[in-house]
Amino acid sequence: MTPYFMPFWALLTRDLRLSVREGGGAALALGFFALVATLVPLGVGSDLMLLAKVGGGVLWVAAVLAALLSLDRLFQADYEDGSLDLITLSPLSLEGAAAAKITAHWLSTGLPLTLLSPVLSVLFGLSGPATLALALSLAIGTPAVSAVGAIGASLTLSLRRGGLILPLIVLPLLVPAVIFGAGMVVAVQTGLANGALGLLAAFSLAATLLSPFVAAMAVRLNLAG
Amino acid sequence: MITTLTAEKLTVQRGSRRLVEGLSFTVKAGQALALEGANGAGKTSLLRLIAGFLPAAAGAVTLLQDGREISEPEERGRFVGWLGHHDALKASFTVSEQLTFFGKLNGRSGDGTTLLEQAHLLEQIGLTRQAELPCRYLSAGQRRRLALARLLLTGRPLWLLDEPFAALDTAGKALVARLIALHCGQGGIVLAATHEPLGLGNEVLRL
Amino acid sequence: MFDWLFRYANPARFMSLSGTLLPWLWGAAVLSLLAGLYMGFSAPPDYQQGRTVLILFIHVPAAIMATNVYACIVVASLFSLVNRHILADVAARTAAPLGAAFTLLALVTGSLWGRPMWGTWWEWDPRLVSTLVMFFLYLGYSALWGAIEDETKAARICAVLALVGAVNIPIIKFSVEWWNSLHQGESIMSGNLAGPFLWPWLVMQLFYMLLFVCLWLMRIRTAILERRVRNLMQASP
Repeated sequence: MTPYFMPFWALLTRDLRLSVREGGGAALALGFFALVATLVPLGVGSDLMLLAKVGGGVLWVAAVLAALLSLDRLFQADYEDGSLDLITLSPLSLEGAAAAKITAHWLSTGLPLTLLSPVLSVLFGLSGPATLALALSLAIGTPAVSAVGAIGASLTLSLRRGGLILPLIVLPLLVPAVIFGAGMVVAVQTGLANGALGLLAAFSLAATLLSPFVAAMAVRLNLAG
Repeated sequence: MITTLTAEKLTVQRGSRRLVEGLSFTVKAGQALALEGANGAGKTSLLRLIAGFLPAAAGAVTLLQDGREISEPEERGRFVGWLGHHDALKASFTVSEQLTFFGKLNGRSGDGTTLLEQAHLLEQIGLTRQAELPCRYLSAGQRRRLALARLLLTGRPLWLLDEPFAALDTAGKALVARLIALHCGQGGIVLAATHEPLGLGNEVLRL
Repeated sequence: MFDWLFRYANPARFMSLSGTLLPWLWGAAVLSLLAGLYMGFSAPPDYQQGRTVLILFIHVPAAIMATNVYACIVVASLFSLVNRHILADVAARTAAPLGAAFTLLALVTGSLWGRPMWGTWWEWDPRLVSTLVMFFLYLGYSALWGAIEDETKAARICAVLALVGAVNIPIIKFSVEWWNSLHQGESIMSGNLAGPFLWPWLVMQLFYMLLFVCLWLMRIRTAILERRVRNLMQASP
């Protein structure tokens, strides 16, 4: 394992550095997250009772959309400038490279979104326990968003205007994450345990374990084109 | 130590177009092979096939390493030093950051490359003054030199170069020729797709 | 194991075989449609739902076809990735719009069937929701096919997408059922096709399958012919 760790870490830190220097860091995702959280009450009215009921789901959807924003460049940037060729030839396997990129993506989107969520929960009048449940659900579920999103990103990396196809492909696959994630908040709000946490954790674990392999396969197919 | 690179009855296919059919050649350690041909003849595709990116539609490529035969594309890639069309340089990274990253990516322990090693490399390719310059400020020729430095850094025996002389001035081209000669002298193998002669008294393959 | 399949997977053989079979398949399809409609209309009206239960003969088989067609795409995708057979590529690509059409039909007829019963044009019933998500999967798949220029690459990439979708679909269906039990309780669409409706439904299902096979074969034949024309046009004199 040791010969793989240095390259893995190098790629991860590089991607993080790139996202800060060339991608605006987490600011874009956070800004989008906050904007959507602001728009929804403007659309449905300021009744805090209503907002509290829908807050879990709305914030989950907003977080997923915010995380998707930077996904299309995940592999595409390296593909276009030839870095992907060099990464493929390095001692780091493509699966490892995909895992490094997914981790970097989560650190620069999913994690900041999770950390901002308590602030936005206030906008929706969520109770303390519900806020905690939302943050926990995002912490568990956003890795799945990065993982499944990476699959979509690897499939579309050669498309110049693939920007809109990516969400079309990825969002249906993320339906379980949204359902279970919001379900965790509902469980706390209604006081009825519904097993959402376990289901979300299982989905997230499966997604993060499997997606590097699928993404690597898709990258190889694209490089051979 | 790679002793030989052999291609047997290779067919290179790009999409639905067959670019090259039934190609066979052998290159031994210390030799260089120039690939010449019109644009679109399949030089880049052939290089990509040898590197392991593109599967062969027919035929096989084999590396002989200390008596062991390597024909799996992914395994082959471990021995390849690649210089492609694109520079693979990130605009916001400085020259030295790029070298450090690639050193680490290729498994150099510690700091990626020691500062001394980096200084020596930069001196070799003539980019010492630009060490802390972000890559967006480099000229095309300087970017190419940096790509060459990266190639040297990987320490791989089989060099696959796609238009190595492109974007370089006379001094740059002389540098490339020198580096190729040095690499061959150390027992490496060089395959270069090029419009200009390598000037090494090497074999030429026309596609 | 699949040698017999590959023998007919040769495009020329496929053309001749499908050409011979198609008229018979169309005939069988028309017959089953007539039989199904007759049996459906002659069955006694359901005491609960009246004549509108007949929509079920159109809706349920369509919904089932939505999944079946996807399964066909998955099988074609496997052959595409493993055997790299061009016919598999074409089969997968041509099946997708048919699958999307069946899915859309299922959604529309589901809505029409529900209107007299529920009073609304749409209910968030888990079966309808799953069908809706399936519709998006078809859209994404077709969009990806269209966006990638190189046909062979498109076939492989879409094959991966189809397989990922296949793994995900049971999870999606489960999560939607779970979601429904959380918010609403029992499924609203409990169209029970037992008793006098069983045989009419089976015959209609047969019609749908035959219809799909006919349309699919025709689309594949067209694609093969298009490719031949293109090859002819590309070849220099």
